[in-house]
Amino acid sequence: MQTGWKDTIAALATPPGVGAIGVIRVSGKDSFPVINQLFPSKDLEEVPSHTLHVGHLKEDNEVIDEVVLAIFRGPKSYTGEDVIEISCHGSFFIQQQILNILTSKGIRIAKPGEFTLRAFLNGKMDLAQAEAVADLIASNTEASRRTAIQNLRGGFSNALQQVRDEMLSFSALIELELDFSQEDVEFADRTRFYELLKTAEEKVQHLLYSFKLGNVIKNGVQVAIVGKPNAGKSTLLNALLNEDRAIVSDIAGTTRDTIEEQLNINGILFRLVDTAGIREHTDDVIEALGVERSMEKMKHADIVIYLFDISTITSEEIHSAIKQFKKAGSKYLLVANKTDRLSAEEHASWKNFPVVFISASRGENINELKQSLFEMSVENSLLGNDVIITNARHVDALNKVQESISEIKAGLDNSVPGDLLALDIRRCLHFLGEITGTITNEDQLDYIFSKFCIGK
Amino acid sequence: MFQEYDVIVVGAGHAGCEAAAAAANMGSKVLLITMNMQTIAQMSCNPAMGGIAKGQIIREIDALGGYSGLVSDESMIQFRMLNKSKGPAMWSPRSQNDRMLFAGKWRERLEQTPNVDFYQDMVKSLIIKNGKASGVLTGMDHEIRSKSVVVTSGTFLNGIIHIGEKKFGGGRVAEKAAIGITEQLVSLGFESDRLKTGTPPRIDGRSLDYSKMEEQKGDDEIVGFSYLPSNKISASAQRSCYITYTNQTVHDILKTGFDRSPMYTGRIEGTGPRYCPSIEDKINRFADRDRHQIFVEPEGFNTVEIYVNGFSTSLPEEVQYEAIRNIPGFESVKVFRPGYAIEYDYFPPTQLTHSLETKLISNLFFAGQINGTTGYEEAACQGLIAGMNAHLKTKNEAPFILKRNEAYIGVLVDDLISKGTDEPYRMFTSRAEYRTLLRQDNADLRLTEMSYRLGLASQQRMDAVVEKRNGVESIKKILNTVIIDPAAVNPYLESINSTILTEKQKANKIILRPNIDLTSLMEFIPGLKNELHPYSPESLMQAEIQVKYERYIEKEQDLVQRMSSLEDLAIPDNFNYEKIAALSNEALQKFKKIQPRTLGQASRISGVNPSDVQILMVYMGR
Repeated sequence: MQTGWKDTIAALATPPGVGAIGVIRVSGKDSFPVINQLFPSKDLEEVPSHTLHVGHLKEDNEVIDEVVLAIFRGPKSYTGEDVIEISCHGSFFIQQQILNILTSKGIRIAKPGEFTLRAFLNGKMDLAQAEAVADLIASNTEASRRTAIQNLRGGFSNALQQVRDEMLSFSALIELELDFSQEDVEFADRTRFYELLKTAEEKVQHLLYSFKLGNVIKNGVQVAIVGKPNAGKSTLLNALLNEDRAIVSDIAGTTRDTIEEQLNINGILFRLVDTAGIREHTDDVIEALGVERSMEKMKHADIVIYLFDISTITSEEIHSAIKQFKKAGSKYLLVANKTDRLSAEEHASWKNFPVVFISASRGENINELKQSLFEMSVENSLLGNDVIITNARHVDALNKVQESISEIKAGLDNSVPGDLLALDIRRCLHFLGEITGTITNEDQLDYIFSKFCIGK
Repeated sequence: MFQEYDVIVVGAGHAGCEAAAAAANMGSKVLLITMNMQTIAQMSCNPAMGGIAKGQIIREIDALGGYSGLVSDESMIQFRMLNKSKGPAMWSPRSQNDRMLFAGKWRERLEQTPNVDFYQDMVKSLIIKNGKASGVLTGMDHEIRSKSVVVTSGTFLNGIIHIGEKKFGGGRVAEKAAIGITEQLVSLGFESDRLKTGTPPRIDGRSLDYSKMEEQKGDDEIVGFSYLPSNKISASAQRSCYITYTNQTVHDILKTGFDRSPMYTGRIEGTGPRYCPSIEDKINRFADRDRHQIFVEPEGFNTVEIYVNGFSTSLPEEVQYEAIRNIPGFESVKVFRPGYAIEYDYFPPTQLTHSLETKLISNLFFAGQINGTTGYEEAACQGLIAGMNAHLKTKNEAPFILKRNEAYIGVLVDDLISKGTDEPYRMFTSRAEYRTLLRQDNADLRLTEMSYRLGLASQQRMDAVVEKRNGVESIKKILNTVIIDPAAVNPYLESINSTILTEKQKANKIILRPNIDLTSLMEFIPGLKNELHPYSPESLMQAEIQVKYERYIEKEQDLVQRMSSLEDLAIPDNFNYEKIAALSNEALQKFKKIQPRTLGQASRISGVNPSDVQILMVYMGR
């Protein structure tokens, strides 16, 4: 496939260093002729596209490594050009040697993001997809990988394209009404448009909600555990972490207060904040520390766990705590500890409370607690096939879309003249277009292509 | 016999007259050649100027120093500001004009313009040397030399008139067609094609029964088109138009002629104006409508002739007659002349640059219907731009190009040369993405200074703009300082069903309310009236609009700003698109042909996808 670039590029596509294998990606018109010389066991010019070939990579009859070549002929390749991916052994030395041979044959080392740039310029992906590639590379959990893949397939653009199309068709009716107002044309049906706006608003709202989830997926969920002394906070912390020891790490911050523990639940990262205080048995109590400190702590948390000793708590205490959470605007989860100290009848009397019952010391119901945390964090947004926003630039534009929808609705409510309504609709279409890629601006391009690393 | 001219203008319709006036007023020696000195500035179709989007264009022409606004003002028989109930972007001045007076006033203005010479002859070819136009050759074999040539051929190039099965050559009814130019230009590599337009029957007003129609009166106040003081009729002297409707019987009769219609039998190849369709087209395309509106428009003060707006047709005369007399009020109608369709040559405007100069032959400019447009206003504004640029070219100065956020004229030219058109192009407000900025009330503030700097708009115009601009600023300051007392204003608010005030408020806050107008408010607030008394109604209106719609104007300016990264990103001349093999083939061909000046223009070319623009942008950025 002939493309705009004269040169062929190569780069290590896997992280540098020692691993089981390393992949070197080569793209451009010379990838076949050059690698064919190095791979005597088969004539690569003759083999079909999208096939794998095992053999020795040789230079001057010296075997460099035993490799697997993945063959992609353009335009059916990542970049749209002829691409060969060389899977070699994961030794730094071998990888460097292969790259050196390639560069000695006139192939050049790729710049960061150059493969994706070529893919974009060859029409293999749109901007939103290119952006998703960057997100995909940076993904560190299963869920973030899934959303990035979703965006890569255009799911995000598609969801908004639909909104944009519907709005365009109404805008056409309004324009018709304006330009032909002297001729007897029918008026665009405002009631139907209002319905359309509501649907559009829901979709946008839904996408914005999904950003919270997207954010959660990218950045994790901040969780604070609060409760009276001896409620069992440190025991709970250990119980939560113990089961995940293998994937938990301590990240020490600059101050004691920012020390946090991480916990992975179903692919979502939870950050247990201000755990330092808990571990050191300080008087981390709503009453003791004062409302201010607790409020501050709650403000930073996405979810607050209110842990209490079920055998000593009073309903007044619970109500007063709930009041505090509501005042702080926090999402909270009531967790009753020490259920092992409760008789069957006492336990039954709590049945109707929205409370998670655990015994931290015995590790009972810890999985249920985790499930509750997970469900709370993905509330209002759906996992699975739904589209999820992970990108701050998109959120920015979506917020503008939402704002302009509100303005259109206010305009309809106040029966503003059609031309002013049309102006707000145009703005809305503009911001939608910025997301779907129908409208381009330079900042967007810079933003996207500066995020890449070498090899992509 | 002829001196060498700076600019020769071929054709003396709306485009040609504006072109000649603009070039001459900028200092060029101009020759205006027309086939008939008696038909300068004819209103070949309806006797009206302006209307939605078109009224804005006339205001812009006037602001730039063209004559269409003044001539329309001086020849109007009725004036209406359309869409007053809508936002100010939609306010559109429109006049009915006396056809004879309109043409007379134009000729008078041109005759009084120093530097304009006239000659009656047909131009059969252009003198072209080394890819440059340098004069014309006439039907009487005169070679007349010039530095630039502006061709405004209207419907005359190989014009063919159709009425039913009858067909004859002509540029207008009873006028000869022009031949030669198309053939010459095509041999030089130009593309040409055919368009079609039509006109309705003219009838005898004495034969109509107006009692069966709705009267449409002029406005109580005549605003007019020109920013300069102009000689307009008094409101009470206006003539009325009338509205009536077709019906099923009319439609059925029209259908009996379809088998002899030049439209439906394939004798007309050209595409007609979709937005100004013939009556046969309307009943065909909107088969579910049982009636269509007909406007009965007088042709002037001293004539009984009536223009039947909405009834353009090329059906056989007897079918036209049978159908039209079934329209309520038309029972005893006497027809002066039938409607007809006319086919003519045009040159797809993608062959032009933003200055309306052809890409193939330098110093050759096209304006009006030759570029595929329809409408007097569209033609006139192109004439103005072509005339200005023809002059600038002779001085080797940079062309005058208006941007899409500066004028409807900018939108029109950019649309034509970027997208081309395969049907007669008419301006709409919806074609302008920044409609709220391009209002009829601020064309002078937007444009006069640009033209003044180029030597076209007069000192008088510039002085008026400065006065208006300063006035508006002072008025806005006053509105921001005058505090309104509830007791004083509440009677007014109550009278228009607006919520009454409970505490004092600044005047500029009260003006934000939808139903309030400044003039009425002044009547209730003597203090305000006193302060605003010295300012002109024009400035008061302007200040009121700027205050009332500030939020919307800001929002639109924000959009202009957001798009500026595209609009201001210039593509180098002779950019080699072949280098970017990643472009889609269609985009590559279009880019090579149209040679867009900016990325913004590139994005508007039809068949170019956003991905092509992004590719171009990334490519240019790296």
